[in-house]
Amino acid sequence: MSDFIAMRHVTKNYAGVQALKDIDFQLKRGEIHCLCGENGSGKSTLIKILSGVVKPDEGSEITIDGRVFPHLSAHEALEQGVRVIYQDLALFPNLTVKENIAFQSFSEKGSPMVSWNQVEKTARGAMSLIGLDLDLNRLTGTLPIAQQQLVEITRALIGEPKLLVLDEPTASLTRKEVNALFEVIFRLKSRGVTTMFVSHKLNEVFEIAERVTVLRDGERIGEYVPSEIDHKKLVFLMTGRKYESALPSPVDPLAPNLLEVKNLTRNGEFTDLSFTVKKGEIVGITGLLGSGRTELALAIFGMTVPDSGSLLLEGKAIKPRSNSDAKKLGIGYVPEDRLRQGVIQAQSILDNMSLTVLEKLKTTLGLLDKQKMKTDAQTWVKDLQIKIPSLDSSVKTLSGGNQQKVVLSKWLATNPKLLILDEPTIGIDVLAKNGVHDLVKKLATKGIGIILISDEIPEVLSNCHRVLVMQKGRFVHELVPGPDAERDLLENFNLS
Amino acid sequence: MTNKNPGAQLRLQRFFGQNETILLLVLLAMVTAITAVSPRFLGPENLFSILLSASYTGIFAIGFLLVLVSGGLDVSFTAVATVAQYAMGTVLLANPDISPALALLIPLLVGMALGSLNALLIHYLSAPPIIITIANLNIFFGLLQFITGGEWLNGFPEWFDHFPQTYVLSFENADGVKYGLSVIVMIWLAVAVVAGVLMHYFKAGRKLYAMGGNLEAARRAGIDILRYRIFAYGFLGFCAGLGGMVHTLITQTVVPNTLVGHEFDVVAAVVLGGASIFGGSGTVVGTVLGVGLLAVLSNALTIMKVPTYWHEVFVGAIVILSITITTLSALAARNREKKYHAQ
Amino acid sequence: MLNNLLAASRAWGKRNAEMAALPFLLVGVVLLLSVAIEITSEGNVHFLSVENFGAMAAQIPELGLLSLAMMVTMLTAGINLSIISSANLVGVTMAITMLTFGPGAASAGLTLPLIVLTIVGGLLFSVLLGLFNGLLIAKLKITPVLATLGTMILYEGLTLAITKGYVISGMPEEFLVIASGDVFGVPYALIVFTVAAVVMAYVLQRRPFGRQLYMLGSNQTAASFSAVNIDRVILKTYMLSGLLVGLAAIIMLSRFSSANARQGTSLLLVTVLIAVLGGTDPDGGFGKVLGLVMALVIMQCITSGLNLLGISSFLTLGLWGALLIGVIAYRSYRAKNPGNRPKSVSA
Repeated sequence: MSDFIAMRHVTKNYAGVQALKDIDFQLKRGEIHCLCGENGSGKSTLIKILSGVVKPDEGSEITIDGRVFPHLSAHEALEQGVRVIYQDLALFPNLTVKENIAFQSFSEKGSPMVSWNQVEKTARGAMSLIGLDLDLNRLTGTLPIAQQQLVEITRALIGEPKLLVLDEPTASLTRKEVNALFEVIFRLKSRGVTTMFVSHKLNEVFEIAERVTVLRDGERIGEYVPSEIDHKKLVFLMTGRKYESALPSPVDPLAPNLLEVKNLTRNGEFTDLSFTVKKGEIVGITGLLGSGRTELALAIFGMTVPDSGSLLLEGKAIKPRSNSDAKKLGIGYVPEDRLRQGVIQAQSILDNMSLTVLEKLKTTLGLLDKQKMKTDAQTWVKDLQIKIPSLDSSVKTLSGGNQQKVVLSKWLATNPKLLILDEPTIGIDVLAKNGVHDLVKKLATKGIGIILISDEIPEVLSNCHRVLVMQKGRFVHELVPGPDAERDLLENFNLS
Repeated sequence: MTNKNPGAQLRLQRFFGQNETILLLVLLAMVTAITAVSPRFLGPENLFSILLSASYTGIFAIGFLLVLVSGGLDVSFTAVATVAQYAMGTVLLANPDISPALALLIPLLVGMALGSLNALLIHYLSAPPIIITIANLNIFFGLLQFITGGEWLNGFPEWFDHFPQTYVLSFENADGVKYGLSVIVMIWLAVAVVAGVLMHYFKAGRKLYAMGGNLEAARRAGIDILRYRIFAYGFLGFCAGLGGMVHTLITQTVVPNTLVGHEFDVVAAVVLGGASIFGGSGTVVGTVLGVGLLAVLSNALTIMKVPTYWHEVFVGAIVILSITITTLSALAARNREKKYHAQ
Repeated sequence: MLNNLLAASRAWGKRNAEMAALPFLLVGVVLLLSVAIEITSEGNVHFLSVENFGAMAAQIPELGLLSLAMMVTMLTAGINLSIISSANLVGVTMAITMLTFGPGAASAGLTLPLIVLTIVGGLLFSVLLGLFNGLLIAKLKITPVLATLGTMILYEGLTLAITKGYVISGMPEEFLVIASGDVFGVPYALIVFTVAAVVMAYVLQRRPFGRQLYMLGSNQTAASFSAVNIDRVILKTYMLSGLLVGLAAIIMLSRFSSANARQGTSLLLVTVLIAVLGGTDPDGGFGKVLGLVMALVIMQCITSGLNLLGISSFLTLGLWGALLIGVIAYRSYRAKNPGNRPKSVSA
């Protein structure tokens, strides 16, 4: 196999900051290549240079198919068959599937009129390439995210695609959908299409990659074959630091149950769920996206009402009808979609942190005690080691890990007995992830009961006392993390 | 599901769930009910008069629809129409011998120019369209009033007076008075047909929908946003000019504040027609039906001798009711699609 | 001392970037108008005079209250297009109440109680009209533009139906005092507005409800996941908007001694203009009462100043629009060319 794309001595400076330092990077024809690195390691700059959106500094060299491009433009990259699919999809939700797929034909020169027959033919042809069968006349916005992504991939197949760059494509997909996506990638590989895959989920990297290039702080650390390195090694390469995660400290076996869930059912979402959480215990719930785990969390958090079954908190039956009921009972919930549900990006860190406890911050006159608001927030910043410019800065100036800590602090401020964490480290850097994990374990030692929901098996196994496996709205297994736990899960439960 | 063909059932539900279908059914039901009460309603003379009186609102609505579809908003079009009316009226009074074609071209050009100005400001200041067009509404209307002193214009040339009585189909009623399908109604229908074809069969139309659906994606797909904004707002300007002209032809006078202040009547009609206030959806057929529905309603109230001061209560109630139904049925449709595709 | 003051004002400007330009604009407008008026009137008329301030003070309250009513809804990323028609409906209802029961009450010597009852009733009615908006938006999930567009037409229609299109006039003398009376030269109406503005500022900045309102305006989903009762905040917002409209309606009815269905319809868009000029973000989440008051005073200065200069009120309308575009252009320029933006931290 020859190098399809070779980048040599690629350097990029942004106003004095070196985003990329003398990078060499090769892609072979038809390979599946993963690009790994923390946020700010230069991954996205590299993708942008490859797609001609960003010009590298002088001295950089890009060769595609043996042809040297001194100044690769977006247009040239497109012509050479480079297609990038960004994390935020670039679809038109109000247009039909066929129009979305064939949209580029609207920008072609020629007749100003739309040939609907041609649009349909083009769309059908492109879909057949990856064996996709969608209703062509359905509005794209009504499709599930995974299918929207397939529409976008299908769109990229118009013209002669040679390289498909997928930036964090699996962030919002269920495991089944991820499998379907991987199948599409293999199919394209058999047609000679190269795939460059960027993901934070390292287990997926090991699953699909033929080669891995690691970037750190704008430098190329090296190129590896996945079979020659393991998870720990890859983390070390990405972060440059060794990290030993401690197991959670043991729970007192005589401790009373904090939460008891009995035969909880909500039709169409989950069925007959029973489990307990002790004070200071971290209970993991794993299962695929769509297995009913978030729905269960929402029911305990009072945002939905279960059809049958009961909830007991500290031995007393509770029936939260809203999340403010749940808050008063001492239940907190860190939602899975940090950007949409967790933080209020445009507003200040101070306002975000105090949103759940405004009633507690009132003085006798009924006005907010601004001073107490600030000192409380400062305490959280210090306790959780949140890196912020100032309390008045907006949350959007923070990195993902720090934003998540702001969400955590908002709930810790309510002095919760039970904390439900739904995918708390999704899209967060490896190091920051460890920071969040340490924090969770520390909270448990203070007697808070924690439910940790995650589809990353290593995450639940290394941070929980017990793990429940959920499938199609039911618990199918319970286990205690141990040496064989991961193999047990993977072999018996088709989780990946 | 017991149904053998859920796909066909969904298609059927989609068809009946469609706003245009609902509107048409409501319109037909209304017409039937009114005719039962007062048979005179369905007579050609009354129908033609409804069409004529709705014509300028109808023209404004088509232009407004395009801007809405593209993801924009413009409340200044009534002021633009008034400015265009004054420009045409002033020229006509100063040069009564001016060729009719030239005189009728003036408001269109004025409209397009002011509409494009809106587009330029919205684009370059990247400010919310509603704010820019509120500001421009005040500027256009304030300056117009200032310059003209609010003077009424009338006494236009003879050809101008006769224009609306040019009939495509003409009849005589029992009293020997001529009536018929005025050429003005044909202007409205022509604008509607042109816009309808443009929005469905032309790439430019599809790009307007795309912009309204996802502006960032449209940008990435290489659409020249400024150009298409000028196109949409310019088209509304054109419609404002044309509507202003038609209004003057019907009333034969130009008065500063007959149109300004009624922008929301047009908004209500377009929204009633199923266009989303957030852009990206809406059809010409729906818009025409929306205008038609409100026109029929107000005509029916008149025929049934409901005092005029009650009319607005009905209009308001209908608007709230229809928006509620649309909102709820959209929610229901989403759930239905979800259920069907989950199976 | 001076340094401290400068530092404090700089810090204020940084925290309030959206209205930092307004004090300068205000001073500029006052200076320009004073000089222009002195020159054109050859020193006979002064902009900075008791008479002129009196004239301005008479007009500020109702527009200010209506603008506040618009602003609170804009903070939640909503809008209230029905403020003017609600004010007219409330005004007409109060007028009819007083005219119907006035003569009887006067003969029984109960005019004052009647007026008090009317005012209380008017305010309650106004809150109810706001509540209806809130219900459409919070419970039926209709977008605010459409919901209040509908109620705007509906309320105006009801007013027309009640009045049959006529003007209702001839309020009792005792009622007219609200607009004409004063304490130490400060009109009652202005006091009402000042109190309303101060209370609003406190509610927005220092009451839990106020903070929730801003947060919900920026991201409704995240606010709801933070155990904020979205429906209740929205209902309260539109009721508060209604209450402010009610106060404006009382002052308007007292000032004109009459009410009708189409009073002041041109003010609707002006209130949006004042809110935005004062730094309220039409996309929700940002905006302060202080900014709104400054914008209001600037607009009123321009109106009164141009009036003294003998310039048509229509030109004033045009100038308001131009001013808004000017301020937006300035903000857009600042956003594209940030001087010293706070650095973001990446961890």
